Amino acid sequence: MTTIPHLVLDQVTYRYEPEAPPAVNQVSLTVPRGQFAAVLGHNGSGKSTLAKMLNGLFLPTEGSVLVSGMDTREEKHTWDIRQAAGMVFQNPDNQLVATRVYDDVAFGLENIGVPTQEMPPRIDEALRLTGMSEFADRPPHLLSGGQKQRVAIAGILAMQPEALILDEATAMLDPQGRKEVFDTVARLNREQGITVVWITHFMEEAAKAQRVLVMNHGGIEMDGTPREIFSRVEEIRDLRLDVPPMTKLAHMLNARGVPAAPDVLTVEEMAREVKRLCPSCWKN
Amino acid sequence: MLRDITLGQYYPVDSPVHRLDPRTKIILTVLFIIAVFMADQLFLYLFILGYLVMAVYVSRLPARMIIRSIRPMRILLVFTFVLNLFFGAGTTALFTIGPVTIWKEGLMNAVHFTLRLVFLVMGSSILTLTTSPVTLTDGLETLASPLKKIKFPAHEMAMMMTIALRFIPTLVEEADKIMKAQTARGADFETGNLMARARAMVPLLVPLFVSAFRRAGDLAMAMEARCYHGGEGRTRLHVLKIKRGDIIAFLTMAALFVLLLLPRWL
Repeated sequence: MTTIPHLVLDQVTYRYEPEAPPAVNQVSLTVPRGQFAAVLGHNGSGKSTLAKMLNGLFLPTEGSVLVSGMDTREEKHTWDIRQAAGMVFQNPDNQLVATRVYDDVAFGLENIGVPTQEMPPRIDEALRLTGMSEFADRPPHLLSGGQKQRVAIAGILAMQPEALILDEATAMLDPQGRKEVFDTVARLNREQGITVVWITHFMEEAAKAQRVLVMNHGGIEMDGTPREIFSRVEEIRDLRLDVPPMTKLAHMLNARGVPAAPDVLTVEEMAREVKRLCPSCWKN
Repeated sequence: MLRDITLGQYYPVDSPVHRLDPRTKIILTVLFIIAVFMADQLFLYLFILGYLVMAVYVSRLPARMIIRSIRPMRILLVFTFVLNLFFGAGTTALFTIGPVTIWKEGLMNAVHFTLRLVFLVMGSSILTLTTSPVTLTDGLETLASPLKKIKFPAHEMAMMMTIALRFIPTLVEEADKIMKAQTARGADFETGNLMARARAMVPLLVPLFVSAFRRAGDLAMAMEARCYHGGEGRTRLHVLKIKRGDIIAFLTMAALFVLLLLPRWL
């Protein structure tokens, strides 16, 4: 994988009020092109504020944010940045504008002034990539939460972004919807090379990312691969977060003297560990 | 209970009238209203009626839907008729019952005004029955866009209407949810006099408004994130185009005007 910097934060601080404590404090961070980075953190850790600075919705109080080399503080770049770094929000009901899925996907294209005859192919492609083609004529209120989020993603994809920022996009969905949305985004990252910043508080989702960033008190406390991060169970717990269920299980086994690898993330890995530790427990 | 509200009265079938440009339909409706007021002799209403019947036939709307459209107006219609009949003064008395004299002019006025009202409502309901609210909004925006020169916010108005149409079902659903939640906690929305019921609405309306404002904030942020910056430099997915059908529709209206004006010239 190439490591061309895509989203670059340099000593970024953000305060909601001039005198208030910073919501994001002195954060320096580089997300390379094509990376799938998950951001974890308990409520109020500053992860949402950080997300909103990645496409110029919030401008840093101090420091700078570069998106594809463009500084978000320069007004002439605002719309290019928002096109380059699309954002999906938490509440699936509050981000669709039009009364028909197809028209909603067109909304962003209309805003950036794409000529009318170029819109349909881009809309069709975006709907295809999110698996929403068959819902093109539906009104949004008749869709499930996961489908609404996929429409929101399609609306951004049509604008041909280079990065997707998802601010707890699965927080209000049921498990089925969560999987739909995660799989869609993971596939876009894999097949289209879109950089993804996935903000979440679901550990199983973070476990599937390439990189995990843990935020606390507006700063980045931990930064590494899911395996590195989640094997530090105690530290994670001190940050009022949890580890993926299988990592937790491995940790509990360790505490009871079973030498399971402490960096197990998924059920498959745990199954392999069980097989390794107790070959006779394993039938067939 | 709030579930099945339908927005507007749009009757979704495919017909030449449904396919007309919304601007054409809006202008034709205005012209039709003018035509109704131009009819000053009873037999001229036959032309108006003929035009209406033709429009309903071509639009493939069930006749009963058009007739039903005057139902909310029935009290006003009776009122108009009775007032004009009994209180219109004139020169030719038709007959007298006790202290009340019915004048010929009064009767004529009563018939005229009632018929006009009926045609007015029926004519404009063809517009709303054959045009979806979204298309209607598109049409109004395009028609009003020359007014942008005098700072009339045509695009903003249309965007507001679209968002309202998008969020009405969402808010209705939410109102339903809040209502059930309050009922579960002992709120009573159905009994009591008007005042008591109005007061019972407060615990429904307050959370509904709070949530609507939160939604508005979220939506504004999401729209900005999708590069929305007003109507300037914006292109459109749906571009309105005048087609042959529109020209034919205008020609039929011109024919109606000629028929109505002919008696004056002869």
